[in-house]
This record gives sequence, C-alpha cells and structure tokens, in this order.
Amino acid sequence: MIEYVIQAQNKFSLGLKELWHYRELFYFFTWRDVKVKYKQAALGVLWAILQPLIMMVMFTLIFSKALKVSSDGIPYPVFALSGLLIWNIFSNGLLNSANSMVTNANIIKKIYFPRLIIPMSAVLTALVDFFFALIVYALVLIYYHQNVIILKLIFYLPLGILITIITTFGLGTFLAALNVKFRDFQYMIPFMIQFLLFANPVLYSAKAFTNPWINALMKANPLSSAIQLCRSVFTGQEVDWLAVGTGSIVAILLLAIGIYTFRKTESYFADLA
Amino acid sequence: MKPILEVQHITKQFKIGAQQERYLSLRDLLANPFKKKKNVDQTFFALNDVNFDVYPGESIGIIGRNGAGKSTLLKILSKITPPSSGKIICRGRVASLLEVGTGFHPELSGRENIYMNGSILGMRKFEIDKHFEAIVDFSGIEQFLDTPLKRYSSGMQLRLAFAVAAFLEPEILIIDEVLAVGDAEFQKKCLGKMDEVSKSGRTVLFVSHNMETVLQLCDRCILLEKGTVKKNGTPSETIDYYLSNQKNQDEVIDLSNVIRTGSFDLKQNARFRSVKLDNIDNAPWQIKYKQTITLKFEIDVINDVQDLEIGIAISTISDFEIISSLSTDCKKIENLKKGTYSFDFVFPELTVLPGIYKIGIGLRSDKKMEDYLKEVGQFEILVSKSSSDEKANTRKGIIVPKNIINRS
Repeated sequence: MIEYVIQAQNKFSLGLKELWHYRELFYFFTWRDVKVKYKQAALGVLWAILQPLIMMVMFTLIFSKALKVSSDGIPYPVFALSGLLIWNIFSNGLLNSANSMVTNANIIKKIYFPRLIIPMSAVLTALVDFFFALIVYALVLIYYHQNVIILKLIFYLPLGILITIITTFGLGTFLAALNVKFRDFQYMIPFMIQFLLFANPVLYSAKAFTNPWINALMKANPLSSAIQLCRSVFTGQEVDWLAVGTGSIVAILLLAIGIYTFRKTESYFADLA
Repeated sequence: MKPILEVQHITKQFKIGAQQERYLSLRDLLANPFKKKKNVDQTFFALNDVNFDVYPGESIGIIGRNGAGKSTLLKILSKITPPSSGKIICRGRVASLLEVGTGFHPELSGRENIYMNGSILGMRKFEIDKHFEAIVDFSGIEQFLDTPLKRYSSGMQLRLAFAVAAFLEPEILIIDEVLAVGDAEFQKKCLGKMDEVSKSGRTVLFVSHNMETVLQLCDRCILLEKGTVKKNGTPSETIDYYLSNQKNQDEVIDLSNVIRTGSFDLKQNARFRSVKLDNIDNAPWQIKYKQTITLKFEIDVINDVQDLEIGIAISTISDFEIISSLSTDCKKIENLKKGTYSFDFVFPELTVLPGIYKIGIGLRSDKKMEDYLKEVGQFEILVSKSSSDEKANTRKGIIVPKNIINRS
C-alpha cells in the first residue's frame, strides 16, 4: 500500500520516481502544445518548415551578400542553417519553458503532478520543430551538393542536440521558477535571447574572434560547441574537444542549478501564480 | 483499521499584505534588498490547527461559509499547496477534482481533450483507452467527438469533463462543488455516479454548499469555521448545528472589520459599515412569513463618490440567487460627500416560502467596484405552528406570487 506524508517543506529530492510515474504527461503536454501551435494557421505545420527557411534567406542576404561574413568555406546558407537549427531549439525552448508556468497557471492551481513536466515538455515542443527544420536542411544540403560525413552525422549531431537540450532545460527551468515570482523576466527574456543570438557563433564563424578572453568564453559556452559539432558534419573540420568538454560541464551545471531552483520553489507556485 | 487519511494540526497562513500585491517586482527587491517589506506582519490563518481522520470507504462532506477554509483544505490534501505546519498521512492514491475540465484546451477536439484531461488527472493512457467508450457514452457528445472544444456549449464541456472524472479510480477522491453547475438532469446523473463511487468502497471527500447533497451522499460531515473544525459528526447533526448556529447572528452585523475576499479589485472609497434586519420576529434575523422585509445599511463614505449604486443579492441556502436588486432600479443616489449614510431596502412583496436565505451586498460608483461581500449573513422566514399558512412549510419552489388569479 502507498503511504506518504504531506507537510510543509520536504527535504530536497529530484522526485525522479514520481516523474517516471507521470511520464506520459511529458508526451501529452508536448503533443498538446504542438497541436495547438499550428491549429488555426492556414499553412499549419508548414510553418515549422517555412520559419527556418525564411530566417536562412534573411540572414544570407544580410550577412553573406551585404556584410560578406566568412563562413568557413562552405556555402553561407548551409553554414547559417546549421547554426540556426541548434539556435532555434535553444531560443524557442527557452522562451516556451520560461513562460510555461505562467501560461499553465490555471492547471497548476487546480491539480497536482510533478511540476517539472511543464517546463521540460515546453523544451520538447521546440525539439519537434527542430525535426521539421531538419527536412529543410536536408533539401538545402542536396541543393548545394554538400558532402556529408555519415559517421559524424550519427555521432556529432545527436551529441550537439543533447548538449543544447541540457542547456535549455537548465536555463528554462531556472527562468520558469523565477518568472512565477518575478514577472519582470517575461520582459527580459526576449532581449536576452536576442543578445545571445549575436553572442553565439550562429551567423558567423567562431574563428572570427582573436581576443583570447572571448575565445575562452566561447570554450565555456555550451551552445557554441553544440553549433560546432553540428557544423563539423559538413565542413570536415576537426572539433575542439576541449571546448565540447567544458561546454558539456557548463551545460550540466546549468541543469543542476535550474532543477535545484525549481524544486526548491515549486511547492509555492500555486500560491503565487 | 488504520485511517486512510490522518490530518494532523494542519495550519495554513497567508500574508495579507503580500497577497494583495502578489506579483513581486524585481525593482522593489533591487531597490531595497535589505529593507523588510511593508505590510507583511499581518497574517491571516486560512486554516488553524485542523485535525481529523478519515477511514477507508467513508464519504465525508465538508461544509462551512465562504472563507471558512474549505478550498484551502482541499488544496493541501491534493498537494497543490503545502501547509505552513502540520502534516497529513495518506494511505492511498488521491485524485482531486477541484474544477471540472482542468487542462481542457479550446482548440483541441473532444477526443483529444478526453486524453489530455484524463492524463492530467492522473490516468494512464491504457486506462483512458479502456474507458473511452464509456466516457463518451456518459457524456453524450458522441456526434461532436472530433469538433474543437471551443464550439461546444458550456453544458457540453461540463458533461465531457465530468464524464472523464467519473472514470477515475483512485482510493481517495476529493471533490470541490463541481456539481453546482449543469442542468437538473445532468446533476442527477452526477449524483448517481457519485453515490455509486462511494458505495463501491472508495473514500470520498466532498465540499459543498448544498446541504441536501451532503445529506444524501455523505456518512459524515465536517463543519469548518474560520479555519478550524467546529463540528465533526453525522451529516444531520453537523448541518443542524451549522444552520442553527447561523441564526445566532448579532442583531446588527458589523462589517467594518470583515476581510473582503473575492476577485474584485475594490476601490473602497465607500464601504459597508453594518447591516441590520427590521421587523424581526422573536429573534434577530428571523421574520414572519409574508411580512415586509426591511434591510438597513450603514455606509461609510471615505472619499466623495459619484453615482453610488447599492446591490443586494438574496440566495437560497444552496447558493441559488433568487433576487438581484440594484438601487438604480428605483432611484439614483446623489453624489455623496465624506461621512456615514444609512439606507433602507424595503421588500414589501418579497413573498418567498419559509426557509433560510442568504444576503450578499455590493457597492459600485461610476463603473468602479467599491465594496463587495458575497455573504454578509442570513435570515430565516418562519411560519408559526398554528397559523393558517402552516402548510407553506411543505411546499416546493421559492416564490409565492400574490393576486395571480381572477375569476373571469
């Protein structure tokens, strides 16, 4: 027989057992968000394909044609899209998850389930878009006759995605928890994301920097190494494994901080939301 | 036998100051990181040392006035909010229904919403699959299964929501007044289902304002008052105690210190100070059947107000509003300067059958809500034993119209 105690503040735990019990909710929340997202759009799910395509064209015009930014010797659209794939998981995932507790406040106030499911499935929703964008990418690769190194495709790309998801989970849960208490974050996050787009080597090459401090910062940046991993599949360039290592450590650290903050404050969400 | 739920010294307090401006802004924190926030010293006990045990198979009704702490108790039991102190030992799976249709999404179809709602309520997918036919059948929305929920009438949404909830199979089921809505036929269906649930040996906790439902469904009833357990006994015992206790109201109810709850943003330029019932029978707040009812209000005007409008709602004990009266229906109140004013509301033709009725009042000035009290008190209309109207006690309905028959 199940026996448990409800009291003021339990000791800190990850609640993995409970998460496992409610595992189907991950699916249902993600499924709902994906479904609802494109429900009343005439083009429907086609938007998931059009969005990265339009971004690619836009950035190619500005950065490659007008500003002549170097793209490590591969066609700029391929270059930009490889960065944008990773970037979109992060930016959409972060935006979704940071606002998720507020947008789902009516559910939180009426029913109990492990709260972590909400920001986490918000990130998974962004991942679904990523798979659609991957179709665009495949087409672009064919169009430019780009060589793909299959072995790298199997190992590097998933690793890059994994690092991105861990980073997004971490920052997303952290911001979701803070956003419940301080709604200021709702306004700050879009700026933050915009800034990070230009601070990450999404649209330009990581080699553009010569300043050693910035290079050190790039090594610690999990997104930067995720993008590098994703790109090396086509360029054949060697990956800076030191950067991947430090980036992964930072990503895991962010995840730990995010989940800790979230679990510490989640029991009061219903009172605050 | 061990209790399935042991509620021990549960206390929940809120900070009133913090609750009013509950979106903390970062600016405040950054500006005064060390300064203690103002107004936080005022605490309010939603629940204060609540203790009771529930045994397997019992169905328990929880009653009490608005603000007595019923909903807070249910929220703690269903783990939505933690208690400030005390603990609850649960020996079984809890499912709670504090609202019908939690997680319903207007863009999703009926079918999709069944799965979404079911899984939020804690059902596994295979359980939903298993009951799917029965859920659809119970809700009676078969034709609209693939229509988006936003095209449903509110009644259909409700039926669908209850249908999903009806197939939950937890050991302990917690329900908050979800039956207060829906048409009579559907309510009957829900009651039948709930009766079936409690008969099947599951434990049910049920919050209601509807005494009849409590009498019908529960084997024990707990009365909460101001966050404490006032009475814990058989339903008829507790309800009698509750109703008779309500009569012991002061002749003049002082409203100046009553905390205003409810979701309105109250300006409070004008406030109710007190309310009193005139022409009383032998006790305060009791009047004879077919007698004129006069409600006397005192209103404090703190800042000058324009176009003040007083609203009165009279409802039956089961929260069904039978009279919604506005002062502007009769005459306009001229602009009021700072001071205290009294107003009489006279209902000469308020011919309602004997029983207990509740009064709710509100104040509004040009488009702004000034004051609102959902339930200030209740009055009882009585028929004396020997009078010719004695059989009015056994009549059904609420309103007794006068002079409606003419010989033609």
